[in-house]
Amino acid sequence: MERQNDAPPDDLAVVLATEGPHGPVIHAANRAARLAGIAAGARVVDMRAICPDLRVEYADVQGDRQALDRLRLWARRWCPWTVVDGPDGLILDTTGSDHLWGGEALMLEEMETRLSLLGLTARLAVAPTWGAAWALARYGRVRTICPPGQLAAALAPLPVAGLRLDGETRLLLQRLGLKTIGALAAVPRLSLTRRFVRSALPAKPLLRLDQAMAGLAEPVASVEAPRRIRAEVRLAEPIQDPTHYLPALCEDLCAQLAHAGLGCRKLHLTVYRTDGEVSMVDLAIASGSRDARHLHGLFKGKLDRINPGFGFDLISLDAGMVEPLGARQTRLDGGGAAEDLHLPQLIDRLAARFGARVIKRPILAASHVPERAERWTDALTDTDGAPGPPVRERPLRLLTPPEEVRVLYAVPEGPPAQFVWRRQTHRITRYEGPERIAPEWWKDRPGTRLRDYFKVEDQTGRRFWLFRQGLQEDGRGGDPRWFLHGMFA
Amino acid sequence: MTAADGGVAGFVLSLVPQGDAPILWVQDCLSEREAGRPYLPGLTTGRRVIHITLSRVSDALWAMEEGLRCAALGAVIGEVWGDPPALDFTATQRLAIRAESAGLPCWLLRRAATPGLSAARNRWRIASLPSRAHPHDPQAPGDPRWQADLFRSRQARPGIWVASHDRAADRLDFSAAFRDGAVAEGDGAAERRAAG
Repeated sequence: MERQNDAPPDDLAVVLATEGPHGPVIHAANRAARLAGIAAGARVVDMRAICPDLRVEYADVQGDRQALDRLRLWARRWCPWTVVDGPDGLILDTTGSDHLWGGEALMLEEMETRLSLLGLTARLAVAPTWGAAWALARYGRVRTICPPGQLAAALAPLPVAGLRLDGETRLLLQRLGLKTIGALAAVPRLSLTRRFVRSALPAKPLLRLDQAMAGLAEPVASVEAPRRIRAEVRLAEPIQDPTHYLPALCEDLCAQLAHAGLGCRKLHLTVYRTDGEVSMVDLAIASGSRDARHLHGLFKGKLDRINPGFGFDLISLDAGMVEPLGARQTRLDGGGAAEDLHLPQLIDRLAARFGARVIKRPILAASHVPERAERWTDALTDTDGAPGPPVRERPLRLLTPPEEVRVLYAVPEGPPAQFVWRRQTHRITRYEGPERIAPEWWKDRPGTRLRDYFKVEDQTGRRFWLFRQGLQEDGRGGDPRWFLHGMFA
Repeated sequence: MTAADGGVAGFVLSLVPQGDAPILWVQDCLSEREAGRPYLPGLTTGRRVIHITLSRVSDALWAMEEGLRCAALGAVIGEVWGDPPALDFTATQRLAIRAESAGLPCWLLRRAATPGLSAARNRWRIASLPSRAHPHDPQAPGDPRWQADLFRSRQARPGIWVASHDRAADRLDFSAAFRDGAVAEGDGAAERRAAG
């Protein structure tokens, strides 16, 4: 599927590739590429030899699947039962709904128009069975309509690939000289059964033939779309301030969420202004919640962003990113603990005011370099698999970046005797070290100097973490420089 | 005590009660830049830390108050640099009352500050002292010691102690006060506010 707005020109051969065991493999090709003789499943390097100015893009298989899943729900505008069929197809059970569009032919035209408005090209067919529709859409004429009586006649000229068989079976049938579905149907059933008795379903031509010819039922098992959870208030007169309606909206939304056993991670408050404009406030929640008081509290100070204009008469509150949330009993006597007490609620309140990026949590990381021994993540990340604490003693506070100090020392490789930091002189009375920490060559730039760390104590008892960057004659810059990196307790 | 001393944080962390509830650590920008941020590999408590750096002191105080509403936390630690106007008597009183009603330990670490009016229940002035002897290396600094000056308190008699932290046993020992000319007084303040 290609979006129309950023699609390449039609005369340029473009293929989508996926990673195969021996380099990239062609996943799909556009019309120009197909005309140049490029087939899906071939290696990209081979096809470059055929078509040197081939443009290769990587396929987003996961994204395509998700888009198709959304399209399945979008296609419910034509009929209530829709399912995804393979990686690139949709099956719509239009029984009893085609007359709403004025017959099957008009319905197919309507579908093609609508899909092309979305920027999608589609091949459509109507047939009594799933298998026949699959074959006619891919190998039949454009917008084929096959009435129930002419099923065998319509399928007979199509190639056997239209039977949804796997590659080996197709090859075998071709070697047997059975090129069309009609030729396959003319073979006695007994011999076909005997020949493919041990194969699985995608390799059994007889079963696939029966499915296509309506001999074997293949119902469309449609999955219900997730219900949209939304609370709204319609007002008789336009108002300027939604504050008074918020508690009731939150209550309503949370009642719906509780009924469905869900919690939401996003909230969208939308006001529809009388002049047709729409204004929105979005909120994110750290963990799934359906506590009306908490959700209401998160809107504090956010409503100023709404531009009311001449007033609005419809307010809606939508729950986004819903996820299952079981009911929890926190106390034996039946009283619920105040929801304020939970950590996610605190994170929400802080994030609603200061933004989620400010609230961070350090976790340990596997590295000897002090800056990389901790990583900053979201406040509610779980730390499974984090390494243990370091073996050597580490300072309580760290300066980022390390601050350069001027140092007086007796022997060049030894500990400093005195250093000047922030224009104050510290005389060193005791020291521990050096602890040598080499740069991580797989991450650092070449030429990064090693560090020798010293824990020092000055005359007033303050304990610092100093390091010397580099050695005297290491050939990576001039004299070593000294930095103050942290403070001990 | 001078401004960039790690001793205050060490003293406060050794007073945090045992447990594995997370600590909310709120800093204003200036104290993060001047005195660094807490470094997880150096925190021996093994607790989770939720860290927030905010540019305005009033926001930092608001975040601390919000944290005191959450009983899932183990402690709330705030750091404020200097004497900002937002940190007046009312603000400290709000924090103290919140902390007392929640039963949560709450400390406000103030650096480069003058000990003005405050409703804090206990106010300490902390300075580092030369550490104890290292058991294996006579050259090296050992377990930390601090001069802890409780200069205002509602619950206890004010006094000056030498506090030493025994890291192996995670125990804070207070021993008799002594006067040391090397420790200058009054050039800064670390206030500690403890609830309950």
